[in-house]
Amino acid sequence: MNILFIIAIVALVALYIWYVYNELVASRVRIKEAWSQIDVQLKRRADLIPNLVETVKGYVKHERRVFENVTKARSVLLHAKTPAHKSEANNQLVDALKTLFAVAENYPNLRASENFKQLQEELSDTEDKVSYANQFYNTVVSDYNTKLETFPSSLIAQKFGFSEAEFFKASESERKPVKVAFE
Amino acid sequence: MTLSIHSQIEANQTKSILVVGFFVLFVTMVTFIFAKALGFSPSIGLIALIVASMTALGSYFWGDKIVLSLSHAHLASRQKDFDFYTVSENMAIAAGIPTPKLYVIEDTAVNAFATGRDPKHSVICATRGLLTRLTRRELEGVIAHEMSHVKNLDIRLMVLVAVLAGMVVFLADWFLRALWWGGGRRSRDEDRGASALYLVIGLALAILTPLIATLIQLAVSRRREFLADASSALLTRNPDALADALLKIGKDKEVLEVATNATAHLYFANPFKGKQYTAWFANLFNTHPSIEERVKILRAM
Repeated sequence: MNILFIIAIVALVALYIWYVYNELVASRVRIKEAWSQIDVQLKRRADLIPNLVETVKGYVKHERRVFENVTKARSVLLHAKTPAHKSEANNQLVDALKTLFAVAENYPNLRASENFKQLQEELSDTEDKVSYANQFYNTVVSDYNTKLETFPSSLIAQKFGFSEAEFFKASESERKPVKVAFE
Repeated sequence: MTLSIHSQIEANQTKSILVVGFFVLFVTMVTFIFAKALGFSPSIGLIALIVASMTALGSYFWGDKIVLSLSHAHLASRQKDFDFYTVSENMAIAAGIPTPKLYVIEDTAVNAFATGRDPKHSVICATRGLLTRLTRRELEGVIAHEMSHVKNLDIRLMVLVAVLAGMVVFLADWFLRALWWGGGRRSRDEDRGASALYLVIGLALAILTPLIATLIQLAVSRRREFLADASSALLTRNPDALADALLKIGKDKEVLEVATNATAHLYFANPFKGKQYTAWFANLFNTHPSIEERVKILRAM
C-alpha cells in the first residue's frame, strides 16, 4: 500500500517535471520565432535605406555628413549580433534617419517627389513593424522569464540550465506609448 | 487578461459544437414533421439529416467564402490599399498570428468584419468607407479589434451562425412556398388542405423564432465585443484611437446595403444603424453594445 502510494507520487512528480520542461522548451522556441520576426523587419528597413539615400542625394547636395551617418548606422545594424547590440544600433539608425528627414523638410522638390513619398511611407510602416514585432517579442520573453522565476517551475528551469532571455528595446517611433491598465 | 481569453476560446468551441448540433437536429426534425403533415414518406427525415450535416460541414470549411460572396467583397491589394494592408500585417505581428486574407467591400458605409475558422484560415474585410475615413492609427484600432476576434476563435462561431441561421431562414421560406403551391393543388379537399396549412405555419413560427433567437444569442455576447475592444487596446497601446474610430463610425448614418439579417452580428458596428432599416431581427436582438458605452470604457483605460 505504502509503496504504491510512493510510486504514484513519484510518477506524478515526474509527469509534472516533464510537462514544465516541455513548456519551457516551447517558450524558448516561441522567443526564437518572435526574435526572427524583429530581424526580418530590421533587415527590411536596412534594405530600404540605400534607395532612400540615393533619392535624397538627387536633391540634397551639401549634407554629406547626414548620408554618412545613415549609411554607417545601417552597416552597424546589419553586423550586430546580440539583442543588446541590435537595439543600440537600431536607435542610432532611427536618430540618423530623423536628421535625414529633417534635412529633407527644407527641399520642397524632394518632398513633392512620388518616389520619396513612397519611401517615406514604407519606412514609417517598417518602423511600426519593428515596434510591433518588438512588443510581441517582449511579451513572449516576459512570459518565459516569469516561468523561470516563479516557484516551482524555477527549480526545474535551474536544474536543466534554462537561462533568462534578453528583452529588446527599440526606440519608440511616432507611436506614443499609452499606458493600458486593466482593472 | 490571458485567463479570460482562454476561457473565451473554450466557450467558443463548446458553443460552435452546440450550434452545429442544434442546426442538424432542427432541420431533421422539422423535415420529418413537414413530411408527415404533407403526407410524404417520413424517410425524407433521413435525407434531411444527411443534407444538414453536409451543410454544417460546408459552412465550417467554406463559411468565410459564402459570407464574402454574400457581401460582394473583393481582395485588397498592397498598392491600392496600402494602409489597410500594412496595418493588418502589423497587427498580425503584434498578435503573433499569420496575416489574414484581406478583402474590401466597395461601399461608402463605415464598417468591417472578420471571418474564417481559425487564425490560419481567417479573413478581415473592410468597407471602402472605413479605409478612406479613418486615420492610420484609428484603422489600427479597428483591425486590432478584428484580429482579437480571430485569435479568440470568435470568427468560427460567428460564421457558423451566419451561414446556418441564414439557411434556416431560407429553408423556412422554401417550406412555406412548397406548402403554398402544394396546398393549391389540393384545393378540392378544402378542409384538409387548410388545416394542414395552419398547422404547418403555426409549427414553423413556434419552432423557428426561439431557435434563431438562441442561435444569435449564442454568437452575440456583449462581453465578446468589450473583450475585443480591450484586446485591441492591449495590442496597439492606444485605446483613444479606437475610441475615435468608434465615434466616427457612430456619426456615420449610412446603411451597409450588403449586410443581411444573418450576417449583421459579424460586423464591427451594427450595419443597420437602427432606425432606417426595418429588420425585425436587428431590432429584436441588439447585436452590438452601444457605441457610447464602448467609448466610455476605452477612454477610461
